[in-house]
Amino acid sequence: MNTETGRHPGLNLGSGHAEAHGEAEALVFGFWVFMMSDLVTFGLLLATYVTMLDNLAGGPGPKDLFELKPVFIETLVLLTSSLTYGMAILSLKHDPGRRLRPVLAWLGLTLMLGLAFVAMEAKDLHALQAKGGAPQRSGFLSAFWALVPLHALHVAAAALWLVAIAAQIWRFGLDTPVKTALLRLGVLWHFLDVVWIAIVSVVFLGGLA
Amino acid sequence: MASQCRARVVGPWGASTLGLVLLSGCGVETFLDPQGPVAAQQRLHFWQVTGLMALVVLPVLTLTPWLLWRYRDRGGADYEPRWGFSRGWEIALWGGPALVVAVLAALLWINTTRLDPYAPLASDANSLRVQAVGYDWKWLFLYPDLGIASVDLLAFPAGRPLEIELTSATVMQSFFVPALGSQVYAMGGMSTWLHLGADAPGRFRGENSQYNGEGFHMQKFEAVAMDEAAFEGWAQNAATASALDTAALDALEQKGVASDLAHALDRPSDDILFGGLPDDLFARVMAETAKAPMAPHDMAAGR
Amino acid sequence: MTLAGLLDAALGRLDWNALPFWEMVTHPSASSIINGLIASGAAGIMVLGALVTIWALTRHRLWGTLWRDWLTSLDHKKIGIMYVVLAFVMLARALAEASVMRTQQAVGLGGGFLSPEHFGQLFSTHGTIMIFFMAMPFLTGVINFVMPLQIGARDVAFPLLNSVSLALTAAGAALVMASLLFTPFSIGGWSGYPPFTETGFSPDVGPDYWIWAVTLSSLGTTLAGMNFAVTIYKKRAPGMTMFRMPLFCWTALCVSILMIFAMPPLTLATSMLALDRYLGFHFFTNTGGGDPMLYANMFWLFGHPEVYILILPAFGVYSEVISTLSGKKLYGYTSLALATICIAVLSFTVWVHHFFTMGQSASLNAVFGIATMLIGIPTGVKVYDWMLTLYRGRVRLGVPMIYAAGFLMLFVIGGATGIVLANPSLDYVTHNTLFLVAHFHNMLIPGLLFGMLAAYAFWFPKAFGFRLEEKWGRRAAVSWIAGFILAFFPLYGLGLLGMPRRTVAFLEPAYLPFTLIALVGAGLVLFAFGCLVAQLVVSIRERDMRRVPVGDPWDGRSLEWSIPAPAPEWNFAVLPKVETRDPFTEAKEQGRAYRSPEGYEDIEMPRHSAVGPIVGIAGFACAFGLVWYMWWLAISGALLSLGAMLARGFARDTVRIIAAAEVREAHESWLAMVRATPRIPRHEENTPANLGHAIPASQEEQS
Ligand code: HEM
Ligand SMILES: [Cu+2]
Ligand SMILES: [Cu+2]
Repeated sequence: MNTETGRHPGLNLGSGHAEAHGEAEALVFGFWVFMMSDLVTFGLLLATYVTMLDNLAGGPGPKDLFELKPVFIETLVLLTSSLTYGMAILSLKHDPGRRLRPVLAWLGLTLMLGLAFVAMEAKDLHALQAKGGAPQRSGFLSAFWALVPLHALHVAAAALWLVAIAAQIWRFGLDTPVKTALLRLGVLWHFLDVVWIAIVSVVFLGGLA
Repeated sequence: MASQCRARVVGPWGASTLGLVLLSGCGVETFLDPQGPVAAQQRLHFWQVTGLMALVVLPVLTLTPWLLWRYRDRGGADYEPRWGFSRGWEIALWGGPALVVAVLAALLWINTTRLDPYAPLASDANSLRVQAVGYDWKWLFLYPDLGIASVDLLAFPAGRPLEIELTSATVMQSFFVPALGSQVYAMGGMSTWLHLGADAPGRFRGENSQYNGEGFHMQKFEAVAMDEAAFEGWAQNAATASALDTAALDALEQKGVASDLAHALDRPSDDILFGGLPDDLFARVMAETAKAPMAPHDMAAGR
Repeated sequence: MTLAGLLDAALGRLDWNALPFWEMVTHPSASSIINGLIASGAAGIMVLGALVTIWALTRHRLWGTLWRDWLTSLDHKKIGIMYVVLAFVMLARALAEASVMRTQQAVGLGGGFLSPEHFGQLFSTHGTIMIFFMAMPFLTGVINFVMPLQIGARDVAFPLLNSVSLALTAAGAALVMASLLFTPFSIGGWSGYPPFTETGFSPDVGPDYWIWAVTLSSLGTTLAGMNFAVTIYKKRAPGMTMFRMPLFCWTALCVSILMIFAMPPLTLATSMLALDRYLGFHFFTNTGGGDPMLYANMFWLFGHPEVYILILPAFGVYSEVISTLSGKKLYGYTSLALATICIAVLSFTVWVHHFFTMGQSASLNAVFGIATMLIGIPTGVKVYDWMLTLYRGRVRLGVPMIYAAGFLMLFVIGGATGIVLANPSLDYVTHNTLFLVAHFHNMLIPGLLFGMLAAYAFWFPKAFGFRLEEKWGRRAAVSWIAGFILAFFPLYGLGLLGMPRRTVAFLEPAYLPFTLIALVGAGLVLFAFGCLVAQLVVSIRERDMRRVPVGDPWDGRSLEWSIPAPAPEWNFAVLPKVETRDPFTEAKEQGRAYRSPEGYEDIEMPRHSAVGPIVGIAGFACAFGLVWYMWWLAISGALLSLGAMLARGFARDTVRIIAAAEVREAHESWLAMVRATPRIPRHEENTPANLGHAIPASQEEQS
């Protein structure tokens, strides 16, 4: 832990501020650890889903319920939001705190995409319910409803956090707490992509296979 | 519940462990006093494991007090404050337990395969098929090949293997006859298997060992090993009892112990027998237990 | 909406029937009166205790102190102490419940005085409290207090998160306490197995209490685990490499990793059960395609690592205690560290041994059985390592050492019975019997509890600046050991006789001698707890006789002993530079201890924050609302904690600078006092002469 700059892409906390770097490092590392824990949760939910695939109790199964087209669009939206988030972090790195506009613009775009994802997801779930796919119908559907909406809930929470950070930017500018918060949110945002890919392959593609 | 007193020596240390009980008389029922082939093998295995573990435990029990005394402060013994490693000791410390565990693991493998509750017992005699259904808080035993059934009474011929198929009409239960050996869970909507046997006629306490509510501690039954003729007679007598009809099934489903059931059916309480079984009753109970509740969100419906 | 309708909505399903004495008033019978009196008595004691506390705080004008110096404090030492206080309070309740159960079974031949329902609540609350609200807070508190000091840090990595973890755990404990007044708690045991705990079979609030209490605790524990792991990775003092850390820190590290990975299965299992109960999902129901076996797997995927979460910190404590009180280097440090890691890793591979009887194939059972036995190897190594630490030492039989000695001898017996249970074919005859109950108490009492009590005696002077009284401490330790033996060895016998656990009454006269002896044991354990209380009272009253301001009462070996007692807020005036294992012993032996540092710098410490207590209160409100279907309360609680966390994001003035001059002043005057304080040899350790300035054991002349 000796070089003072460039330890994080996008972290530019000013020179000679080793203390702040140490803190930021611990914060981001800690957030990774948190993600590991969350990963266990999603991993177990995926495993639950797989073991429950046959527990239909006479209710509808994947073939009766899932449609790939909306899932495909949602995937595109979420992946794009990760890209725009990456752009926000890049402009943060090259713009050490003076010009807010590009950062905020990218963040705004990310937020829009995140919210769009959540909205589409909500619509899908609604349609699913209309097709007789309520979570109370079977063990299989319970497993589905615990997994997919939980992911959407994570995205919604991440969006809320994004709004809170934006408010902090508005209030304090791009100070160190905001920057580390943005780094952590980035970890979460990309993590949710990875989880979504796993969901798409196991729940939708795997379920239909 | 056992009606005869059996006070036997149950192994070299068992004698002292259980000495107290033997003093107090009847009712010692344990796999350490085995009444069937499964429990007998389990007793042997138990003492083998205990003996091997003694190799690990006894040094600690004797040496710890000795060390505390020998190396007490101002006790004048050698003192080496910087000694903290020895290759020889290291090898012994890891190697010793590893060796013991290797032997234990071999025993484990042999016994686990041999005592697999799903595997039929080795025997020339053909086995008796029984289906056991756990209710709150009693057991229903079905004899599908004989067309009879009984509650809290598992009669079977001694010397012939018992092949038990288990399910539960309610929450998870565990079927256990300590004197005969192994237990296995009974779970709603699915079936599990257990193979047991008794060497000689006798009456053994059976129980549910998995907690299932207020009547749990009363959910005992009697496993009665009879000689072939007596069993024959018992079965014939049972066949004359009234049939296991819908009313009886409904009564079984009510929470209560066997005497409550007897009351509901107007029968003598220690002798609830049924002489006619609907076809595939066991499978029906299983399906019934697993059936989806009527309304998707009816809180009280899940039976 | 009418007023009555409004009240209904506000109270949810809470009504008069929830009160512990209601049944006995409305349906008086011998049984309902006896059970009602016991339950109301327990609730009364709790309410009285709360009132007396409130009165005392008001009377002595301590509310401000409580709020400013404790509840909102982010100091890891204070948070650690609060965890331990919580653990002691909950220990008292759970022990009382245990004694009632033992009394019931001692007269349980054909009846007894407790109703089955009441007995069910007792073993469920006892088990739940002991695991989640006694053991976990205790070990979390000890790690919190000790670990940062041992690695030479000023605090944990995330002080605010630390306070939130404590608050969540405390909220869970409060929920279990609330169930005394607004009954009933679950009768589904500490493991809450469905389908018994599903609405179909348990429609009352009991399982909901259990679900939310456990969920709060598991959230708090997950966060605490992350905090500890990051602290150990990132906050070690210069030169404190991993393999120079005291062994306790190794166990703390492994435990925190276990917490991070093992708590999510529990949180998930309880959440799924909640979805089943509240929204009619079908995860674990018999019906609708649910699968109770899934719960068994998830619960024990947590449950087995959990027992190592419980035991490993105690292993760490014993390592420190045995080495320090033997005046000798720990034998086999590397072995012990590796064994700890082995145990932690293996602990994820054995969960099936909790349900060998669920009908899976023999070979699967055998594989999990052997995996279980493998854990015996590193555990055995540890026991022998500790014995070799005694070998050629100078052993003082102080209170922590008595616990350690009791532990060594009793723990191997528990280990041996564990090996018995690891054999599937033997588990088939001991599973669900009191043999199992005896086994896990044999691991948890000598293992965990004695370890924590040893830690309490060992580090108390560091926390409060004075030693605990010895005589009451010895009485407590000896009675704990004897009481444990009497209370639990008979249970092995009962188990071999096939007596199922959770049995309120029985018909076998053969059981009676065993349950009677166990009752005597429980009485002795209660006496032991009484001794601990007496010890604390006497120690506080006579504290001036036992002050150890220099801070090294036991001739300690690691960094925490190199600072004053009580430890200053900033722990280390100047962060230490570490060059070896046992750094403080090295420093003392080479005469480098207690030197003035070259210079002082400003120290940044976290400011107090109310976020922790707010999240705790909100968490409790949310959970209580969920239990009783008071949706307004549940939602307000959830919103309040969310709001507190969002608001915290806007806090900027979060650190307090302590000026170098202030630190210098405090530290230099302490150093002057150290120089003026005579050093004492080990045999004066428990005399008033011990002011915490030790002659290192290796330099003590003994004839
Ligand atoms: C020191 C005195 C203690 C006594 C006298 C005691 C007594 C008991 C009794 C009588 C039971 C019920 C046994 C049964 O199922 O029939 C029980 C269960 C239990 N105890 Fe203890 N106990 C003590 C300490 C502890 C400690 C220190 C822990 C954990 C750290 C603990 C954890 C448990 C658990 C998890 C259960 C199982 C509850 C269940 O069945 O769900 N106990 N104990
Ligand atoms: Cu099953
Ligand atoms: Cu385990």
